[in-house]
Amino acid sequence: MERLLKNKALSGWLMVSPLAAILMFFLVLPIVMIVIVSFWRATEFSIIPDFDLENYQYLFGSAVTYKVFFNTFKYAAITWALTLGIGFTVAYFLAFHIRSQTWQIALFLLCTIPFWTSNIIRMISWIPFLGRNGIANSALISWGVIDEPLEWLLFSDFAVILAFVHLYTLFMVVPIFNTMMRIDKSLVEAARDAGASGAQILWNVIIPLTKPGIMIGTIFVVTLVMGDFITVRFMSGSQSANVGRLISNDIALLAYPSASATAVVLLATVLIVIATLLRFVDIRKEL
Amino acid sequence: MEPRPRSFYVLAGFFGLFLLFLYGPTLTIAILSFQGPQGGLTFPMNGVSLHWFRDLFEQQAVGDIWGSFRRSFALGLMVMVTTVVVSVMGGLAFRKRFPGSGVLFYLIITSLVIPSILVSLGVGLIFSQAGLTVHWATSGFGAQLTWTLPFGLLIMFAVFNRFDKSYEEAARDLGASPWQTLRHVVLPIIAPSLIGVALFGFTLSYDEFARTLLTSGSYNTLPLEIFGMTTNVTTPVLYALGTLTTVFSLGMIAVFLGIALLGARRKARAGSDRGKGLV
Repeated sequence: MERLLKNKALSGWLMVSPLAAILMFFLVLPIVMIVIVSFWRATEFSIIPDFDLENYQYLFGSAVTYKVFFNTFKYAAITWALTLGIGFTVAYFLAFHIRSQTWQIALFLLCTIPFWTSNIIRMISWIPFLGRNGIANSALISWGVIDEPLEWLLFSDFAVILAFVHLYTLFMVVPIFNTMMRIDKSLVEAARDAGASGAQILWNVIIPLTKPGIMIGTIFVVTLVMGDFITVRFMSGSQSANVGRLISNDIALLAYPSASATAVVLLATVLIVIATLLRFVDIRKEL
Repeated sequence: MEPRPRSFYVLAGFFGLFLLFLYGPTLTIAILSFQGPQGGLTFPMNGVSLHWFRDLFEQQAVGDIWGSFRRSFALGLMVMVTTVVVSVMGGLAFRKRFPGSGVLFYLIITSLVIPSILVSLGVGLIFSQAGLTVHWATSGFGAQLTWTLPFGLLIMFAVFNRFDKSYEEAARDLGASPWQTLRHVVLPIIAPSLIGVALFGFTLSYDEFARTLLTSGSYNTLPLEIFGMTTNVTTPVLYALGTLTTVFSLGMIAVFLGIALLGARRKARAGSDRGKGLV
Protein backbone atom coordinates (compact mmCIF):
# COMPACT_ATOMS: atom_id res chain seq x y z
CA MET A 1 0.00 0.00 0.00
CA GLU A 2 2.75 2.39 0.98
CA ARG A 3 4.56 1.64 -2.26
CA LEU A 4 1.35 2.09 -4.18
CA LEU A 5 0.98 5.59 -2.80
CA LYS A 6 4.57 6.40 -3.65
CA ASN A 7 3.86 5.63 -7.30
CA LYS A 8 3.22 9.10 -8.69
CA ALA A 9 1.10 8.07 -11.65
CA LEU A 10 -1.10 5.76 -9.63
CA SER A 11 -1.77 8.19 -6.78
CA GLY A 12 -2.55 10.88 -9.34
CA TRP A 13 -5.03 8.62 -11.06
CA LEU A 14 -6.64 7.67 -7.77
CA MET A 15 -7.13 11.32 -6.86
CA VAL A 16 -8.70 12.27 -10.17
CA SER A 17 -10.77 9.11 -10.56
CA PRO A 18 -14.03 10.71 -9.31
CA LEU A 19 -13.49 13.67 -11.61
CA ALA A 20 -12.65 11.43 -14.55
CA ALA A 21 -15.66 9.22 -13.87
CA ILE A 22 -18.07 12.19 -13.76
CA LEU A 23 -16.66 13.75 -16.91
CA MET A 24 -16.67 10.37 -18.64
CA PHE A 25 -20.29 9.64 -17.88
CA PHE A 26 -21.82 13.11 -18.10
CA LEU A 27 -19.62 14.78 -20.71
CA VAL A 28 -17.80 12.31 -22.99
CA LEU A 29 -20.57 9.71 -23.23
CA PRO A 30 -23.26 12.32 -23.95
CA ILE A 31 -21.13 13.82 -26.74
CA VAL A 32 -20.54 10.35 -28.20
CA MET A 33 -24.25 9.64 -27.90
CA ILE A 34 -25.16 12.85 -29.70
CA VAL A 35 -22.75 12.02 -32.51
CA ILE A 36 -24.27 8.53 -32.84
CA VAL A 37 -27.87 9.72 -32.70
CA SER A 38 -27.16 12.38 -35.32
CA PHE A 39 -27.04 9.52 -37.84
CA TRP A 40 -30.33 7.99 -36.69
CA ARG A 41 -33.77 8.37 -38.17
CA ALA A 42 -36.83 9.73 -36.41
CA THR A 43 -40.44 8.77 -36.77
CA GLU A 44 -43.23 10.64 -35.12
CA PHE A 45 -43.02 8.60 -31.93
CA SER A 46 -39.53 7.22 -31.67
CA ILE A 47 -35.98 7.35 -32.91
CA ILE A 48 -34.50 4.43 -34.84
CA PRO A 49 -30.84 3.39 -34.99
CA ASP A 50 -29.53 3.76 -38.51
CA PHE A 51 -26.60 5.14 -40.43
CA ASP A 52 -28.20 7.89 -42.37
CA LEU A 53 -26.65 11.17 -43.53
CA GLU A 54 -30.02 12.72 -44.14
CA ASN A 55 -29.95 14.87 -41.00
CA TYR A 56 -26.75 16.51 -42.15
CA GLN A 57 -27.88 16.77 -45.76
CA TYR A 58 -31.03 18.49 -44.60
CA LEU A 59 -29.07 20.77 -42.26
CA PHE A 60 -26.51 21.88 -44.84
CA GLY A 61 -29.11 22.05 -47.59
CA SER A 62 -31.35 24.49 -45.77
CA ALA A 63 -30.95 28.25 -46.11
CA VAL A 64 -32.29 28.67 -42.57
CA THR A 65 -29.19 26.97 -41.17
CA TYR A 66 -26.82 29.51 -42.68
CA LYS A 67 -28.97 32.41 -41.58
CA VAL A 68 -29.15 31.07 -38.04
CA PHE A 69 -25.41 30.42 -37.86
CA PHE A 70 -24.79 33.92 -39.15
CA ASN A 71 -27.11 35.27 -36.46
CA THR A 72 -25.24 33.29 -33.80
CA PHE A 73 -21.91 34.79 -34.88
CA LYS A 74 -23.47 38.24 -35.07
CA TYR A 75 -24.71 38.01 -31.46
CA ALA A 76 -21.33 36.69 -30.34
CA ALA A 77 -19.37 39.43 -32.12
CA ILE A 78 -21.51 42.36 -30.94
CA THR A 79 -21.73 41.04 -27.38
CA TRP A 80 -17.99 40.43 -27.35
CA ALA A 81 -17.17 43.96 -28.44
CA LEU A 82 -19.53 45.55 -25.91
CA THR A 83 -18.56 43.35 -22.96
CA LEU A 84 -14.87 43.88 -23.75
CA GLY A 85 -15.24 47.66 -23.85
CA ILE A 86 -17.29 47.85 -20.66
CA GLY A 87 -15.42 45.09 -18.84
CA PHE A 88 -12.00 46.54 -19.63
CA THR A 89 -13.00 50.02 -18.50
CA VAL A 90 -14.48 48.74 -15.23
CA ALA A 91 -11.51 46.51 -14.49
CA TYR A 92 -9.08 49.32 -15.35
CA PHE A 93 -10.86 51.69 -12.97
CA LEU A 94 -10.81 49.13 -10.16
CA ALA A 95 -7.22 48.07 -10.66
CA PHE A 96 -5.50 51.40 -11.33
CA HIS A 97 -7.68 54.14 -9.89
CA ILE A 98 -8.91 52.69 -6.59
CA ARG A 99 -6.09 53.12 -4.11
CA SER A 100 -7.17 51.23 -1.02
CA GLN A 101 -7.30 47.46 -1.20
CA THR A 102 -10.41 47.26 0.98
CA TRP A 103 -12.33 49.44 -1.47
CA GLN A 104 -10.97 47.45 -4.36
CA ILE A 105 -12.27 44.20 -2.91
CA ALA A 106 -15.60 45.74 -1.90
CA LEU A 107 -16.29 47.26 -5.32
CA PHE A 108 -15.11 44.09 -7.07
CA LEU A 109 -17.52 42.01 -4.97
CA LEU A 110 -20.29 44.45 -5.83
CA CYS A 111 -19.60 43.73 -9.51
CA THR A 112 -19.66 39.96 -9.06
CA ILE A 113 -22.69 39.48 -6.80
CA PRO A 114 -25.25 39.45 -9.67
CA PHE A 115 -23.32 36.53 -11.16
CA TRP A 116 -24.55 34.44 -8.23
CA THR A 117 -28.21 35.20 -8.80
CA SER A 118 -30.57 33.68 -11.33
CA ASN A 119 -30.12 34.54 -15.02
CA ILE A 120 -33.80 33.97 -15.71
CA ILE A 121 -34.83 36.48 -13.06
CA ARG A 122 -32.32 38.96 -14.43
CA MET A 123 -33.89 38.59 -17.87
CA ILE A 124 -37.40 38.95 -16.49
CA SER A 125 -36.32 42.10 -14.69
CA TRP A 126 -35.94 43.91 -18.03
CA ILE A 127 -39.68 43.60 -18.79
CA PRO A 128 -40.86 46.61 -16.73
CA PHE A 129 -37.98 48.62 -18.16
CA LEU A 130 -38.29 47.86 -21.86
CA GLY A 131 -41.99 47.07 -22.28
CA ARG A 132 -44.32 49.09 -24.48
CA ASN A 133 -45.47 51.08 -21.44
CA GLY A 134 -42.21 50.52 -19.64
CA ILE A 135 -39.90 52.95 -17.89
CA ALA A 136 -37.71 53.62 -20.93
CA ASN A 137 -40.64 54.49 -23.19
CA SER A 138 -42.47 56.64 -20.63
CA ALA A 139 -39.26 58.51 -19.81
CA LEU A 140 -38.48 59.18 -23.46
CA ILE A 141 -42.05 60.35 -24.11
CA SER A 142 -42.14 62.64 -21.09
CA TRP A 143 -38.80 64.16 -22.17
CA GLY A 144 -40.33 64.77 -25.57
CA VAL A 145 -37.71 62.70 -27.41
CA ILE A 146 -40.35 60.48 -29.04
CA ASP A 147 -44.11 60.72 -29.51
CA GLU A 148 -44.96 57.06 -29.96
CA PRO A 149 -43.62 54.29 -27.72
CA LEU A 150 -40.71 52.47 -29.36
CA GLU A 151 -41.70 48.94 -30.33
CA TRP A 152 -38.22 47.55 -30.76
CA LEU A 153 -37.09 47.87 -27.13
CA LEU A 154 -38.44 44.55 -25.86
CA PHE A 155 -38.65 41.39 -27.95
CA SER A 156 -36.01 42.37 -30.49
CA ASP A 157 -32.33 41.85 -31.29
CA PHE A 158 -31.66 44.97 -29.26
CA ALA A 159 -33.17 43.32 -26.17
CA VAL A 160 -31.21 40.12 -26.81
CA ILE A 161 -27.87 41.95 -26.99
CA LEU A 162 -28.76 44.09 -23.98
CA ALA A 163 -29.51 40.98 -21.93
CA PHE A 164 -26.29 39.27 -23.08
CA VAL A 165 -24.24 42.30 -22.07
CA HIS A 166 -26.10 42.49 -18.78
CA LEU A 167 -25.55 38.81 -17.99
CA TYR A 168 -22.01 38.28 -19.26
CA THR A 169 -19.95 41.46 -18.75
CA LEU A 170 -18.84 39.99 -15.41
CA PHE A 171 -17.06 37.23 -17.28
CA MET A 172 -14.85 39.93 -18.84
CA VAL A 173 -14.40 42.03 -15.69
CA VAL A 174 -13.15 39.18 -13.49
CA PRO A 175 -10.29 37.76 -15.63
CA ILE A 176 -9.18 41.20 -16.86
CA PHE A 177 -9.14 42.57 -13.29
CA ASN A 178 -7.24 39.48 -12.16
CA THR A 179 -4.52 40.00 -14.79
CA MET A 180 -4.32 43.75 -14.17
CA MET A 181 -3.80 43.24 -10.45
CA ARG A 182 -0.69 41.23 -11.26
CA ILE A 183 0.88 43.94 -13.41
CA ASP A 184 3.94 45.29 -11.65
CA LYS A 185 3.06 48.92 -10.89
CA SER A 186 6.69 49.95 -11.31
CA LEU A 187 6.36 49.23 -15.04
CA VAL A 188 3.71 51.93 -15.26
CA GLU A 189 5.92 54.28 -13.25
CA ALA A 190 8.89 53.54 -15.48
CA ALA A 191 6.82 54.35 -18.55
CA ARG A 192 5.72 57.63 -16.98
CA ASP A 193 9.31 58.53 -16.02
CA ALA A 194 10.34 57.82 -19.59
CA GLY A 195 7.84 60.44 -20.70
CA ALA A 196 4.87 58.36 -21.87
CA SER A 197 1.47 60.02 -21.83
CA GLY A 198 -1.53 58.38 -20.17
CA ALA A 199 -2.85 57.10 -23.48
CA GLN A 200 0.58 55.74 -24.43
CA ILE A 201 0.89 53.91 -21.11
CA LEU A 202 -2.56 52.40 -21.63
CA TRP A 203 -1.88 51.33 -25.20
CA ASN A 204 1.77 50.23 -24.98
CA VAL A 205 2.04 48.91 -21.43
CA ILE A 206 -1.28 47.99 -19.85
CA ILE A 207 -3.18 46.52 -22.80
CA PRO A 208 -0.37 44.18 -23.93
CA LEU A 209 0.08 42.95 -20.35
CA THR A 210 -3.69 42.43 -19.96
CA LYS A 211 -4.05 40.28 -23.10
CA PRO A 212 -4.24 36.91 -21.30
CA GLY A 213 -7.14 38.18 -19.18
CA ILE A 214 -8.86 39.55 -22.27
CA MET A 215 -8.45 36.17 -23.97
CA ILE A 216 -9.95 34.25 -21.05
CA GLY A 217 -12.86 36.67 -20.85
CA THR A 218 -13.34 36.31 -24.60
CA ILE A 219 -13.49 32.53 -24.33
CA PHE A 220 -16.19 32.78 -21.65
CA VAL A 221 -18.33 35.35 -23.44
CA VAL A 222 -18.09 33.80 -26.90
CA THR A 223 -18.94 30.28 -25.71
CA LEU A 224 -21.77 31.46 -23.47
CA VAL A 225 -23.36 33.47 -26.25
CA MET A 226 -22.85 30.85 -28.95
CA GLY A 227 -24.31 28.09 -26.78
CA ASP A 228 -27.23 30.12 -25.48
CA PHE A 229 -30.80 29.45 -26.45
CA ILE A 230 -32.88 30.73 -23.58
CA THR A 231 -31.84 34.40 -23.67
CA VAL A 232 -32.55 34.60 -27.40
CA ARG A 233 -35.90 32.90 -27.00
CA PHE A 234 -37.00 35.00 -24.05
CA MET A 235 -35.66 38.42 -25.02
CA SER A 236 -36.60 38.21 -28.71
CA GLY A 237 -40.09 36.96 -27.87
CA SER A 238 -39.34 33.97 -30.13
CA GLN A 239 -38.79 36.30 -33.09
CA SER A 240 -35.07 35.72 -33.58
CA ALA A 241 -33.17 32.49 -33.73
CA ASN A 242 -29.68 31.25 -33.05
CA VAL A 243 -28.30 27.73 -33.30
CA GLY A 244 -29.23 26.89 -29.73
CA ARG A 245 -32.85 27.69 -30.45
CA LEU A 246 -32.76 25.55 -33.58
CA ILE A 247 -31.67 22.65 -31.38
CA SER A 248 -34.23 23.33 -28.66
CA ASN A 249 -37.04 23.60 -31.24
CA ASP A 250 -36.11 20.21 -32.66
CA ILE A 251 -36.04 18.79 -29.14
CA ALA A 252 -39.50 20.17 -28.47
CA LEU A 253 -40.69 18.32 -31.60
CA LEU A 254 -38.93 15.17 -30.33
CA ALA A 255 -36.76 15.26 -33.46
CA TYR A 256 -33.67 14.14 -31.55
CA PRO A 257 -31.62 12.96 -34.56
CA SER A 258 -31.91 16.31 -36.30
CA ALA A 259 -31.28 18.16 -33.02
CA SER A 260 -28.18 16.01 -32.56
CA ALA A 261 -26.86 16.79 -36.03
CA THR A 262 -27.23 20.53 -35.38
CA ALA A 263 -25.62 20.05 -31.98
CA VAL A 264 -22.61 18.29 -33.52
CA VAL A 265 -22.07 21.15 -35.96
CA LEU A 266 -22.47 23.73 -33.17
CA LEU A 267 -20.01 21.89 -30.93
CA ALA A 268 -17.48 21.65 -33.76
CA THR A 269 -17.85 25.38 -34.43
CA VAL A 270 -17.42 26.32 -30.77
CA LEU A 271 -14.40 24.04 -30.33
CA ILE A 272 -12.70 25.47 -33.42
CA VAL A 273 -13.23 29.02 -32.11
CA ILE A 274 -11.89 28.06 -28.67
CA ALA A 275 -8.92 26.14 -30.06
CA THR A 276 -8.00 29.24 -32.06
CA LEU A 277 -8.29 31.47 -28.97
CA LEU A 278 -6.30 29.04 -26.81
CA ARG A 279 -3.30 29.46 -29.14
CA PHE A 280 -2.95 32.97 -27.75
CA VAL A 281 -3.09 32.11 -24.04
CA ASP A 282 -1.90 29.39 -21.68
CA ILE A 283 -4.83 29.12 -19.28
CA ARG A 284 -3.00 27.07 -16.66
CA LYS A 285 -0.23 29.63 -16.39
CA GLU A 286 -2.63 32.55 -16.09
CA LEU A 287 -4.75 31.27 -13.19
CA MET B 1 -0.95 61.73 -1.90
CA GLU B 2 -1.10 62.72 -5.54
CA PRO B 3 -4.28 64.55 -6.52
CA ARG B 4 -6.67 62.41 -8.52
CA PRO B 5 -6.41 62.86 -12.29
CA ARG B 6 -9.47 64.01 -14.20
CA SER B 7 -9.81 60.56 -15.77
CA PHE B 8 -10.59 59.22 -12.30
CA TYR B 9 -13.87 61.12 -12.17
CA VAL B 10 -14.86 60.12 -15.70
CA LEU B 11 -14.16 56.46 -14.94
CA ALA B 12 -15.90 56.67 -11.57
CA GLY B 13 -18.98 57.98 -13.35
CA PHE B 14 -18.77 55.13 -15.86
CA PHE B 15 -18.42 52.64 -13.02
CA GLY B 16 -21.46 54.10 -11.29
CA LEU B 17 -23.52 53.75 -14.48
CA PHE B 18 -22.30 50.17 -14.81
CA LEU B 19 -23.51 49.36 -11.29
CA LEU B 20 -26.85 51.01 -12.08
CA PHE B 21 -27.07 48.88 -15.23
CA LEU B 22 -26.25 45.74 -13.19
CA TYR B 23 -28.61 46.35 -10.29
CA GLY B 24 -31.26 48.72 -11.70
CA PRO B 25 -33.54 46.14 -13.33
CA THR B 26 -33.45 43.85 -10.29
CA LEU B 27 -34.29 46.76 -7.99
CA THR B 28 -37.12 47.71 -10.34
CA ILE B 29 -38.82 44.33 -10.08
CA ALA B 30 -38.19 44.32 -6.33
CA ILE B 31 -40.18 47.57 -6.10
CA LEU B 32 -42.86 46.36 -8.51
CA SER B 33 -43.39 43.15 -6.55
CA PHE B 34 -45.06 45.31 -3.90
CA GLN B 35 -47.77 46.33 -6.40
CA GLY B 36 -51.31 46.58 -5.14
CA PRO B 37 -53.75 43.78 -6.01
CA GLN B 38 -54.86 45.65 -9.17
CA GLY B 39 -51.32 46.55 -10.23
CA GLY B 40 -49.77 45.51 -13.52
CA LEU B 41 -46.35 44.45 -14.79
CA THR B 42 -44.98 47.96 -15.02
CA PHE B 43 -45.22 51.37 -13.40
CA PRO B 44 -47.27 53.21 -12.17
CA MET B 45 -47.59 51.52 -8.82
CA ASN B 46 -51.23 50.80 -8.12
CA GLY B 47 -51.05 51.03 -4.36
CA VAL B 48 -48.56 49.22 -2.18
CA SER B 49 -49.26 45.78 -0.77
CA LEU B 50 -47.87 42.38 0.06
CA HIS B 51 -50.64 40.84 -2.05
CA TRP B 52 -48.34 39.09 -4.54
CA PHE B 53 -46.09 37.67 -1.85
CA ARG B 54 -49.16 36.32 -0.05
CA ASP B 55 -50.22 34.82 -3.35
CA LEU B 56 -46.98 32.84 -3.46
CA PHE B 57 -47.69 31.19 -0.13
CA GLU B 58 -51.23 30.19 -1.05
CA GLN B 59 -52.31 27.22 -3.07
CA GLN B 60 -50.95 27.73 -6.57
CA ALA B 61 -53.04 27.56 -9.71
CA VAL B 62 -49.94 26.66 -11.70
CA GLY B 63 -47.01 24.54 -10.72
CA ASP B 64 -45.46 23.72 -7.41
CA ILE B 65 -43.20 26.56 -6.37
CA TRP B 66 -42.28 25.39 -2.89
CA GLY B 67 -41.70 21.81 -3.99
CA SER B 68 -39.39 23.04 -6.72
CA PHE B 69 -37.61 25.32 -4.25
CA ARG B 70 -36.98 22.38 -1.90
CA ARG B 71 -35.64 20.32 -4.80
CA SER B 72 -33.37 23.13 -6.00
CA PHE B 73 -32.06 23.66 -2.49
CA ALA B 74 -31.34 19.95 -1.94
CA LEU B 75 -29.75 19.66 -5.37
CA GLY B 76 -27.65 22.78 -4.70
CA LEU B 77 -26.28 21.25 -1.48
CA MET B 78 -25.55 17.93 -3.20
CA VAL B 79 -23.73 19.66 -6.06
CA MET B 80 -21.89 21.92 -3.60
CA VAL B 81 -20.47 19.07 -1.49
CA THR B 82 -19.52 17.00 -4.53
CA THR B 83 -17.90 19.98 -6.25
CA VAL B 84 -15.77 20.83 -3.21
CA VAL B 85 -14.59 17.25 -2.61
CA VAL B 86 -13.91 16.40 -6.26
CA SER B 87 -12.23 19.77 -6.98
CA VAL B 88 -9.88 19.48 -4.00
CA MET B 89 -8.88 15.95 -4.98
CA GLY B 90 -8.46 17.01 -8.60
CA GLY B 91 -6.51 20.12 -7.63
CA LEU B 92 -4.13 18.06 -5.47
CA ALA B 93 -3.63 15.50 -8.23
CA PHE B 94 -2.89 18.16 -10.85
CA ARG B 95 0.02 19.54 -8.82
CA LYS B 96 2.11 16.76 -10.31
CA ARG B 97 2.03 15.73 -13.91
CA PHE B 98 0.68 12.24 -14.41
CA PRO B 99 0.02 10.33 -17.63
CA GLY B 100 -3.28 11.57 -19.02
CA SER B 101 -3.29 14.86 -17.12
CA GLY B 102 -3.13 16.83 -20.37
CA VAL B 103 -6.15 15.05 -21.83
CA LEU B 104 -8.08 15.49 -18.59
CA PHE B 105 -7.26 19.19 -18.53
CA TYR B 106 -8.69 19.64 -22.01
CA LEU B 107 -11.79 17.70 -20.96
CA ILE B 108 -12.27 20.18 -18.12
CA ILE B 109 -12.01 23.07 -20.58
CA THR B 110 -14.45 21.29 -22.90
CA SER B 111 -16.86 20.88 -20.02
CA LEU B 112 -16.67 24.62 -19.47
CA VAL B 113 -17.16 25.73 -23.06
CA ILE B 114 -19.62 23.13 -24.33
CA PRO B 115 -23.06 24.64 -24.97
CA SER B 116 -25.26 23.67 -22.01
CA ILE B 117 -28.03 22.35 -24.20
CA LEU B 118 -25.69 19.68 -25.56
CA VAL B 119 -25.12 18.28 -22.09
CA SER B 120 -28.85 18.37 -21.48
CA LEU B 121 -29.61 16.63 -24.77
CA GLY B 122 -26.83 14.05 -24.50
CA VAL B 123 -27.51 13.05 -20.90
CA GLY B 124 -31.23 12.88 -21.68
CA LEU B 125 -30.57 10.62 -24.68
CA ILE B 126 -28.29 8.30 -22.72
CA PHE B 127 -30.82 7.87 -19.95
CA SER B 128 -33.72 7.27 -22.32
CA GLN B 129 -31.76 4.78 -24.46
CA ALA B 130 -30.53 2.94 -21.38
CA GLY B 131 -34.11 2.69 -20.16
CA LEU B 132 -33.43 4.82 -17.08
CA THR B 133 -35.79 7.53 -15.89
CA VAL B 134 -34.35 11.02 -15.78
CA HIS B 135 -34.54 12.53 -12.31
CA TRP B 136 -33.15 15.75 -10.92
CA ALA B 137 -31.11 13.88 -8.29
CA THR B 138 -29.41 11.54 -10.79
CA SER B 139 -29.22 12.84 -14.37
CA GLY B 140 -29.86 16.44 -13.32
CA PHE B 141 -27.18 16.18 -10.63
CA GLY B 142 -24.59 14.83 -13.06
CA ALA B 143 -25.43 17.34 -15.78
CA GLN B 144 -24.98 20.23 -13.33
CA LEU B 145 -21.63 18.87 -12.16
CA THR B 146 -20.24 19.34 -15.68
CA TRP B 147 -20.81 23.07 -15.15
CA THR B 148 -19.72 23.49 -11.50
CA LEU B 149 -16.63 21.24 -11.55
CA PRO B 150 -14.66 23.28 -14.12
CA PHE B 151 -15.17 26.39 -11.98
CA GLY B 152 -14.14 24.54 -8.82
CA LEU B 153 -11.09 23.08 -10.51
CA LEU B 154 -9.97 26.36 -12.06
CA ILE B 155 -10.15 27.95 -8.59
CA MET B 156 -8.13 25.07 -7.13
CA PHE B 157 -5.52 25.38 -9.92
CA ALA B 158 -5.23 29.08 -9.14
CA VAL B 159 -4.87 28.33 -5.42
CA PHE B 160 -2.18 25.69 -5.87
CA ASN B 161 -0.28 27.87 -8.35
CA ARG B 162 0.25 30.27 -5.45
CA PHE B 163 0.77 27.60 -2.79
CA ASP B 164 4.08 27.79 -0.94
CA LYS B 165 5.50 24.28 -0.91
CA SER B 166 7.89 25.04 1.94
CA TYR B 167 5.05 24.60 4.47
CA GLU B 168 4.66 21.01 3.39
CA GLU B 169 8.41 20.48 3.42
CA ALA B 170 8.55 21.85 6.96
CA ALA B 171 5.77 19.49 8.04
CA ARG B 172 7.52 16.55 6.43
CA ASP B 173 10.83 17.48 8.08
CA LEU B 174 9.05 17.47 11.42
CA GLY B 175 7.95 13.92 10.74
CA ALA B 176 4.38 14.34 9.55
CA SER B 177 2.92 11.60 7.40
CA PRO B 178 1.49 12.58 3.99
CA TRP B 179 -2.04 12.37 5.42
CA GLN B 180 -1.10 14.50 8.46
CA THR B 181 0.51 17.07 6.16
CA LEU B 182 -2.66 17.24 4.10
CA ARG B 183 -5.01 17.33 7.08
CA HIS B 184 -3.13 19.76 9.34
CA VAL B 185 -1.17 21.91 6.89
CA VAL B 186 -2.54 21.96 3.35
CA LEU B 187 -6.29 21.89 4.02
CA PRO B 188 -6.29 24.67 6.65
CA ILE B 189 -4.26 26.90 4.31
CA ILE B 190 -6.61 26.40 1.35
CA ALA B 191 -9.79 26.45 3.48
CA PRO B 192 -10.82 30.04 2.60
CA SER B 193 -10.78 29.25 -1.13
CA LEU B 194 -12.90 26.17 -0.47
CA ILE B 195 -15.63 28.51 0.74
CA GLY B 196 -15.42 30.17 -2.67
CA VAL B 197 -15.66 26.80 -4.43
CA ALA B 198 -18.67 25.91 -2.28
CA LEU B 199 -20.37 29.21 -3.13
CA PHE B 200 -19.83 28.55 -6.85
CA GLY B 201 -21.08 24.99 -6.50
CA PHE B 202 -24.25 25.94 -4.72
CA THR B 203 -25.28 29.05 -6.65
CA LEU B 204 -24.41 27.75 -10.12
CA SER B 205 -26.53 24.69 -9.40
CA TYR B 206 -29.35 26.63 -7.78
CA ASP B 207 -29.65 28.93 -10.81
CA GLU B 208 -28.90 26.43 -13.57
CA PHE B 209 -31.50 26.20 -16.28
CA ALA B 210 -30.29 24.74 -19.58
CA ARG B 211 -28.45 21.72 -18.19
CA THR B 212 -31.42 20.65 -16.09
CA LEU B 213 -33.99 21.27 -18.83
CA LEU B 214 -33.98 17.75 -20.27
CA THR B 215 -32.47 15.96 -17.30
CA SER B 216 -34.72 16.79 -14.37
CA GLY B 217 -37.64 14.53 -15.21
CA SER B 218 -41.17 15.12 -14.02
CA TYR B 219 -40.19 17.19 -10.98
CA ASN B 220 -39.05 20.71 -11.88
CA THR B 221 -36.27 22.63 -10.22
CA LEU B 222 -36.96 26.27 -9.35
CA PRO B 223 -35.45 27.93 -12.46
CA LEU B 224 -37.48 25.57 -14.68
CA GLU B 225 -40.59 26.40 -12.69
CA ILE B 226 -39.94 30.12 -13.01
CA PHE B 227 -39.34 29.86 -16.73
CA GLY B 228 -42.58 27.93 -17.08
CA MET B 229 -44.33 30.76 -15.27
CA THR B 230 -43.01 33.39 -17.71
CA THR B 231 -45.14 31.92 -20.47
CA ASN B 232 -48.45 31.83 -18.63
CA VAL B 233 -48.27 34.20 -15.66
CA THR B 234 -48.83 37.88 -16.40
CA THR B 235 -49.17 39.27 -12.89
CA PRO B 236 -46.55 40.72 -10.53
CA VAL B 237 -46.53 37.36 -8.71
CA LEU B 238 -43.64 36.59 -11.07
CA TYR B 239 -41.74 39.59 -9.71
CA ALA B 240 -42.55 38.58 -6.13
CA LEU B 241 -41.07 35.14 -6.79
CA GLY B 242 -38.07 36.68 -8.54
CA THR B 243 -37.47 39.05 -5.65
CA LEU B 244 -37.77 36.27 -3.11
CA THR B 245 -35.28 33.94 -4.81
CA THR B 246 -32.87 36.85 -5.40
CA VAL B 247 -33.10 37.69 -1.70
CA PHE B 248 -32.46 34.03 -0.96
CA SER B 249 -29.38 34.02 -3.24
CA LEU B 250 -28.09 37.20 -1.59
CA GLY B 251 -28.66 35.55 1.80
CA MET B 252 -26.59 32.55 0.73
CA ILE B 253 -23.79 34.82 -0.51
CA ALA B 254 -23.89 36.65 2.84
CA VAL B 255 -23.68 33.33 4.71
CA PHE B 256 -20.62 32.25 2.70
CA LEU B 257 -18.93 35.64 3.08
CA GLY B 258 -19.72 35.55 6.80
CA ILE B 259 -18.09 32.15 7.16
CA ALA B 260 -15.05 33.43 5.27
CA LEU B 261 -14.79 36.49 7.52
CA LEU B 262 -15.19 34.42 10.69
CA GLY B 263 -12.48 32.07 9.47
CA ALA B 264 -10.13 34.96 8.75
CA ARG B 265 -10.77 36.44 12.18
CA ARG B 266 -10.17 33.12 13.91
CA LYS B 267 -6.98 32.70 11.98
CA ALA B 268 -5.81 36.17 12.98
CA ARG B 269 -6.50 35.38 16.63
CA ALA B 270 -5.25 31.81 16.89
CA GLY B 271 -2.68 31.85 14.13
CA SER B 272 0.92 32.87 14.03
CA ASP B 273 2.43 34.80 16.93
CA ARG B 274 5.33 36.08 14.93
CA GLY B 275 6.37 39.58 15.78
CA LYS B 276 4.64 39.38 19.13
CA GLY B 277 7.28 37.54 21.14
CA LEU B 278 9.68 39.07 23.62
CA VAL B 279 12.96 40.02 22.14
